[in-house]
Amino acid sequence: MSSIGTGYDLSASTFSPDGRVFQVEYAMKAVENSSTAIGIRCKDGVVFGVEKLVLSKLYEQGSNKRIFNIDRHVGMAVAGLLADARSLSEVAREEASNFRSNYGHDIPLKHLADRVAMYVHAYTLYSAVRPFGCSFILGSHDEDDGPQLYMVDPSGISYGYWGCAIGKAKQAAKTEIEKLQMKDMTCRELVKEVAKIIYIVHDEVKDKAFELELSWVGEVTKGRHELVPKDIKEEAEKYAKDSLEEEDDSDEDNM
Amino acid sequence: EIPQHSLPVIPDSTTSLALSGSYVSNKMINKLIQVHDKIFCCIAGSLADAQAVTKMAKFQLSFHSIQMEAPPLVKAAASVLKELCYNNREELQAGFITAGWDRKRGPQVYTVSMGGMLISQPFTIGGSGSTFIYGYADAKFKPDMSREECLQFTTNALTLAIGRDNVSGGVVHMVVITEDGVEHVVVPGDKLPKFHDE
Repeated sequence: MSSIGTGYDLSASTFSPDGRVFQVEYAMKAVENSSTAIGIRCKDGVVFGVEKLVLSKLYEQGSNKRIFNIDRHVGMAVAGLLADARSLSEVAREEASNFRSNYGHDIPLKHLADRVAMYVHAYTLYSAVRPFGCSFILGSHDEDDGPQLYMVDPSGISYGYWGCAIGKAKQAAKTEIEKLQMKDMTCRELVKEVAKIIYIVHDEVKDKAFELELSWVGEVTKGRHELVPKDIKEEAEKYAKDSLEEEDDSDEDNM
Repeated sequence: EIPQHSLPVIPDSTTSLALSGSYVSNKMINKLIQVHDKIFCCIAGSLADAQAVTKMAKFQLSFHSIQMEAPPLVKAAASVLKELCYNNREELQAGFITAGWDRKRGPQVYTVSMGGMLISQPFTIGGSGSTFIYGYADAKFKPDMSREECLQFTTNALTLAIGRDNVSGGVVHMVVITEDGVEHVVVPGDKLPKFHDE
């Protein structure tokens, strides 16, 4: 559903006659143009997967990361304008650090999500600034509260999720995520499924090469957010590629 | 001073003298300040400073618990006091013993010293009279005491301190904090147990 907001879309401090703030909606379009990122919460942790499009063969492998560490126990996967996302990751880090300084313990994820969401929302109120052009998914695991997953979008809303997707293939990714029984899965099982979903939603025709970024936080990492180790990642990618081939094969048989 | 054990019970107790120089201005002051529903502080040092700091901490913790939609952790309360003590260490002369109960770790005891050090301990003693009872406390404390054992340990320790310290005395205030709630116990000076120092 796209419409032109002629005249009412020049600044974030203007409503349209039908009650929309077009600048915020345009910011969300920026997120939709970016490649996909997903986060899924399972029984004992949270797994993030990002389809990182490689625009040039000259890029060093692993550069332009889209998954950030916010404090030891929180991970953040982003989609949209990467520069905006980096700036927000610094905001999140500062919030987490100040909390720890004042209260002596890890920041609860809901509180962090609320604080960063409030910050994002503030940029939707004034004509002097533009809204942030990125959405992000925050995840953590705690012995007492268990695994948690929150998503914040450019309007400054945060929701808690069992599974969510942001970026160009978010609809397709959501469909795949809904098929999973994530509440009964462990992180190790989920890592493979996340890799598979990213491979499924990646559009071979429109976007050529991509790098898969995988990270997790949970009992398996003792509560620390880390990139998935190389061997487990390779196993997950192999599973993903094999599953795709199987589906291709079964399509051929049907013909 | 505060013993602590596995039943979530934490007696706090302190003596109740307030001094202006060498003059005892009050013998019944309550040095146990409630900073949240199930978190109390024993104050020591300049009572004016201690009251100002605990007032600020109480406000901050109230705000914090509303934001978190949950009671604060005892660690968080102690941390708030520590930040106030450490950042204003040049101006302040107040130390605290913070103790309470929270859902995550149960009963806990933290010491915040005058300069702003924060440590967690199974039990702790403080104040001018504490110097006389280090031996008693170290010898008689055992982990996982019952409520009655705890109250007895505390009362005995305080009585011995009062007996030897000329600036300790008055009334003994104790607070027992458990998962179910908070109970105040007050023992006037003449009802304290008798030992061989008199």
